[in-house]
Amino acid sequence: MPDGERQPAASPEFDSVAETPAGRVRPGSPAGGSSLRRYKLYFLLPGLIVLLLIILFPLLFTIRVSFSSWSSSAPGLDWIAAKNYERLLADARYWESLVRLAMLAAGTVLIEYVLGFGLALLVWREVRAKRFFRVLFLVPMMTTPVIMTVIWRTIFHESLGPANEVMALFGLPAQAWLTSSSAAVIAVMVVEIWQWTPFMLLLLLAGLLSLPKEPFLAAAIDGAGPIRTFFRVTFPLMGPISVGAIIIRLIEASKIMETVYVLTSGGPGTATETSSFYIYIRGLRDFQIGYAASLSFAYLVMMIVSMTFIAKALNRALVGRRA
Amino acid sequence: MRKPITLAVISALLVVGCGGAQPTTAPGNLPASSATAGDISYTAYGDYAQYGSTPDVAGPCSYASIDQKDYSGRTLKIITHAVPVMGEPTDLHAKQFQDLTGAKVEVVHVPFGDLFQKVLTPLQAGQDAYDVFFNASLWIGDLNPYEAPVPDAYLSVPAMQDVTQNYKDVATWNGKMIQYPVDGDRNYLKYRTDLFDNEAIKAKYKTDTGKDLRVPETWDEYNEIAKYFNDWDWDNNGEKNYGSAEVTKRDDLMFSAFIGRAAPYAKNPNVKGGFYFDLETMKPQINNPGFVKGLELMVDAQKAFPPGGSSFGLGDEILSFGGGQTAMSYTWDDAFIQAMEKTSPIRNKVAAAPLPGATQAWNRNTNQWDSFTTPNRAPYITWGWGVAVSNLSKNQDMAFDFLCFFSNEANHTLDLQIGRFGVNPFRTSDFDPKFWEEKLGWETNTAKTYVETLSGMDGASNRVFDLRVPGVNEFMSSMATGVASAMAGEKTPQQALDEVATEWAAIVDRIGVDKVREAYRTVVALEDAQ
Repeated sequence: MPDGERQPAASPEFDSVAETPAGRVRPGSPAGGSSLRRYKLYFLLPGLIVLLLIILFPLLFTIRVSFSSWSSSAPGLDWIAAKNYERLLADARYWESLVRLAMLAAGTVLIEYVLGFGLALLVWREVRAKRFFRVLFLVPMMTTPVIMTVIWRTIFHESLGPANEVMALFGLPAQAWLTSSSAAVIAVMVVEIWQWTPFMLLLLLAGLLSLPKEPFLAAAIDGAGPIRTFFRVTFPLMGPISVGAIIIRLIEASKIMETVYVLTSGGPGTATETSSFYIYIRGLRDFQIGYAASLSFAYLVMMIVSMTFIAKALNRALVGRRA
Repeated sequence: MRKPITLAVISALLVVGCGGAQPTTAPGNLPASSATAGDISYTAYGDYAQYGSTPDVAGPCSYASIDQKDYSGRTLKIITHAVPVMGEPTDLHAKQFQDLTGAKVEVVHVPFGDLFQKVLTPLQAGQDAYDVFFNASLWIGDLNPYEAPVPDAYLSVPAMQDVTQNYKDVATWNGKMIQYPVDGDRNYLKYRTDLFDNEAIKAKYKTDTGKDLRVPETWDEYNEIAKYFNDWDWDNNGEKNYGSAEVTKRDDLMFSAFIGRAAPYAKNPNVKGGFYFDLETMKPQINNPGFVKGLELMVDAQKAFPPGGSSFGLGDEILSFGGGQTAMSYTWDDAFIQAMEKTSPIRNKVAAAPLPGATQAWNRNTNQWDSFTTPNRAPYITWGWGVAVSNLSKNQDMAFDFLCFFSNEANHTLDLQIGRFGVNPFRTSDFDPKFWEEKLGWETNTAKTYVETLSGMDGASNRVFDLRVPGVNEFMSSMATGVASAMAGEKTPQQALDEVATEWAAIVDRIGVDKVREAYRTVVALEDAQ
């Protein structure tokens, strides 16, 4: 390409650009700063437009659908104003599923965090077969959730599954894993914890490996034992990573679907019915597309709001002033 | 170039001299061929050798006739259920159709939970995504606007003529057959003959209860017997047995189990004009004392379930009864066929009977219970795979030829024998005990009770059908949730069904009372038919 073509001097937007002898923009100058911003914008614009379309279009379409009565018997985008949202407010099953989800997500993520942290600490230091254990602990996360839930359903099968046989070996009574409300909730939590603790382990291990060595050396010189070192050095330093890991898992856990679908179908009764599963029932089983869209959008808004508050609270609790 | 499907077919075609490709016939111009392709072997398509070969029966849908069609260069798109239930026969006959006609046949398999929306979404959007869609016959209230009527030419083929009136009615909407009959379903009772015919056990039962052991005539009796035979090894195989296996998992066809139980209490032969709703007012009847009684008994029956029985899906029920775990069960044919598999420990130790009845049925006109000396029965014709041709399809000629071929005599004979295919009797010729004795080696009593039970339901009065109206999944899902919450002890049966009734009324309002009533009228016509 000829040099003349590369110099856009004739273009009005380049008039104010301070140029170096080589014809390049000098970032330090005020004029160069504003034009650099414009340059950046031009380069980012195509990607931004695509990204916005990908993110925004489905969201805007969902909002539009939520104001329609689209269902198996009424196809299409009619306009019913806020009727779906009025119905949502009176839908006790939806709100109950949200409360259930909140408890389930909080419970599983807390346990995953504790277990994940413990396992990360185990394989952080020099232990024999460290690599083997690191891979082993990650195996559950690499399996297919639906298939593994089918396996877990077999394990929990009350007459054919091994769970009750194992309990019998220890003299414990057989449990109605999938037919008692409380046991079914525990069963769902067990599967979730088994599957996703490795994810927590992965993030926390990465965090541990990235910690600076100096604070630990200082603690050792000061004579701090392992417990004191953990609570005074390791845990505080891991604060920001812990917040990130917990938030990511909370977002994922709040979408819990496959486990409930395969393991309990939301039962017994509605004991394990979570918001995602309820929205799935309304949207894809009942084919109430309009109503399911309103449930989804309301759920999204509540998730954004609650996650914002949770993130702030966690930051304050685990990171403190350093946040 | 078309591939021959078997040597038998080739040789037969050569003999009759009709092996060449002929111009495609338009719908309604089926060739009236008297040729046959001899014995059809299915071994080239899978592990079907054990079922032997079946003879091609002359007619417009036979192998010989379909072989005359040339659909080269055309593509037939089919959406069906996952393998094996209905998915496997679809695959099998699609491959055969492809080999015979030169058409390219694309089959999409979808898990049951997704089938409804996968079928309906493109249809609502006006997309010609599939030429043929398999579906549950009870979805006809939602799918009928998109289903092309079966052309007259196909209605007169012998195999179609053999379909019982009951299943022709199931496939019909407003006087037009819009689903091609490929399956016949109903719920009936299955029980262990080695228990009910065992003299020592009968004597013990008499001693312990003061009553004669007999196949239950009422649901009260069913529960009583199930509880008696629960949690002990009555077949002396070293493992505990249980009373009853039922489909109880929410959203896994549990609605059928509940309706079957409630039907004789809520379907009063003296009351016409609606079982689920009062057709005049469209007031839901789902919380009337008849339905509540049915639910109370279902909740009570949990005492006779195997471990985990309160969350059994259809697959669990099939394995439980079919595997010899329980004394009784009541659903479709699957558990029965499973019990009659050659490797089954209870082969020829099972029999079929009509669903139990009730000595009282609720009369919503008088708001009182009517008593019956002979228990009131309400045979429940439920589910059944339907298959339709999309009215958006540009290949309707090929699509109907495929369905006609799918259900021809030879294919139907094979399909009936393979339990996992999910194809159950729906033709008059299926109700011949000899077929089951000769083809599948069933003992006479088993075959006799099976065909008598099934054919008896076809001709019975006071039948109950599925709620074949727009939004059927909304109604059934709501009902299943109510039933599940009562079974889990979250609500009393009355509370649970009151909530279902409220929700049903809201669904009717949303869809439109006239629209639902108009559709429900077709259901009532079937239910009130004598």
